[in-house]
Amino acid sequence: MKSSALWEVDDLRPIPSKQEMLLALADRHGKTLQEKFSKGTVAVCGLGGLGSNIAVSLARAGVGSLILTDFDRVDLSNLHRQQYKASQIGMYKTTALVQNLLEISPYLSMTAHTLRITEENFYPLLSDADVICEAFDDATEKAAFVNYVSEAMPEKYLIAASGMSGLGPSNLIQTRKLTEHFFLCGDGAKDAADDIGLVSSRVMICAAHQAHMALCLLAGIHDV
Amino acid sequence: MVTINGSKLDIAGRTLLWYLSGANYGLEQIAVERNGKIIPKSQYAEAILADGDVVEIVRFVGGG
Repeated sequence: MKSSALWEVDDLRPIPSKQEMLLALADRHGKTLQEKFSKGTVAVCGLGGLGSNIAVSLARAGVGSLILTDFDRVDLSNLHRQQYKASQIGMYKTTALVQNLLEISPYLSMTAHTLRITEENFYPLLSDADVICEAFDDATEKAAFVNYVSEAMPEKYLIAASGMSGLGPSNLIQTRKLTEHFFLCGDGAKDAADDIGLVSSRVMICAAHQAHMALCLLAGIHDV
Repeated sequence: MVTINGSKLDIAGRTLLWYLSGANYGLEQIAVERNGKIIPKSQYAEAILADGDVVEIVRFVGGG
């Protein structure tokens, strides 16, 4: 599914023009930095608590293009931490998130894939990305993704997450640079299954670490 | 000496797989970085740990 980069409104408030939105972003970030964001393509793999929040941050910052992947549908149990609405329960997360992101950023270019990303299908889906964010839920899938992406696409920047559940200190969530191309966010310790589970604020902190690292990399900042 | 997750160990000459098996790592949930490069899973059995290597083993936990 390709977004048309146009959002038709059915009420009387006109949406800003593309030029107006770009000028507002350049006003905030400076023209040079904004051009770097606007040229960037970031893939967000998994659109749950991490991925939906990463995508919202990147859309707001004016990243030029997003590649979004998820196989799942919005469930009532997702609303406590994921960027969906009660009215979207039952929709595919890809469809719902594209809708929400176009309301935030009507000219954002997106490519959404409703599927489970695997070692067999990932390569063509991610080949256009400058930066790839791992945003899965399952530890085994996280590890597998990091291994096959690092091996097949060593030139891509990869930002993964591990450990963000519970009500532990927010300051334990960090971004670490493990190689020139691989970054890891999280507390590295708290498994969602061993704890009280995922809490919106701490998941958002980890997602913000990932989004922030993605923006830094697009800006040419490679250190944490 | 080989440095693994900050600890200095006298295991130069052993393979990565030998260390991981002895330390009870679940191979399905880890990624291993050595001297700034991720070691592909398929090479764990033949990756020989050398004196001075700095290794980081990331064990992923669930949640997202």
